[in-house]
Amino acid sequence: MNVQINGLKEQIPFESSLEDLLRSRQIDPASARGIAVAVNEVIVRRNDWSSKAIQDGDAIEIVTARQGG
Amino acid sequence: MRGRPMQVSEKDKKKATATPTEECGDFLRIADLKLKSRLLLGTSGYPNPQIMMESIAASATQLITVAIRRVNLQDRDREGFMHMLTSLPVDLLPNTAGCYTAKEAVLVAELAREALETDLVKLEVIGDDETLMPDVEQLLKAASDLIRSGFTVMAYSNDDPITCKKLADLGCAAVMPLASPIGSGMGILNPYNLQLIRDIVRDIPLLVDAGIGTASDAALAMELGYDGILLNTAVSKAKHPVQMAAAMRHGVEAGRLAYLAGRIPRKFYAEASSSMSGRVEVSSD
Repeated sequence: MNVQINGLKEQIPFESSLEDLLRSRQIDPASARGIAVAVNEVIVRRNDWSSKAIQDGDAIEIVTARQGG
Repeated sequence: MRGRPMQVSEKDKKKATATPTEECGDFLRIADLKLKSRLLLGTSGYPNPQIMMESIAASATQLITVAIRRVNLQDRDREGFMHMLTSLPVDLLPNTAGCYTAKEAVLVAELAREALETDLVKLEVIGDDETLMPDVEQLLKAASDLIRSGFTVMAYSNDDPITCKKLADLGCAAVMPLASPIGSGMGILNPYNLQLIRDIVRDIPLLVDAGIGTASDAALAMELGYDGILLNTAVSKAKHPVQMAAAMRHGVEAGRLAYLAGRIPRKFYAEASSSMSGRVEVSSD
């Protein structure tokens, strides 16, 4: 299915959870610190990453802290 | 007495090494935070990470700002910034830099809360790219929404007393009017307005955020009765950032001490500091 990840169009397997998607991007939910995720502009809390099913057309934002003033 | 060394008591020696404002038990309190340092430092634009880390140490800051941005999924090795920050004895203050609407700012604040496990947020809602001045309408809306959602909001504002009062009345934990536009280094363009804001907003911390160019700007803001200073570019883009970080630390401390000590009133005419009593009299020709 087609999704947008951090603004880029990508294809991922059907029936992927958010956790599957993050693992495929080398983000291990157990050890990842300082990362937050929103799907379609709604925060998905860390505890819900494994149960959150990704749908065709979803927009996923994966963010962290960067240098800022 | 000539040639006899001045005796320094143990008490005075201790005084000489203690941070002056720390000795007075003078802390900056923002919600649950209790900070010895009244200087908040940004983490952007340093020549390299090492200089950023040394500048943070030299400034003695206890609260540093960070932005919330997309993870670089193509090169995870470049995501070392978070790891670096966790080694520091400081709290993180995420900002909503780059947001132009209340909706954007609220989403970024929520992402920051989830990523960094903090309710603190430096709320920025920008009106345009040229001036980077706040969009007041969107700023007030975002502040209201975030406070309702349990955030501890430190609001970056323009130097308008009415806007600052409204932000305080909404329940912001701190209000932070600008000295001059972000990154301009022009210092305090309107000390009258900053003084008015201080007179109107008495109950919560006021910090000057943005536009500080050098240590005397920071000292002046503190002398006006501000509770703290938030700055970034003045240090990160200085010729010698680590030295400037130390200068800012001293500027903030000097300004705070001067404010607490109370400046003398300004007078139009001179007043001799040496008494005329006992003056040598010389006959006139």
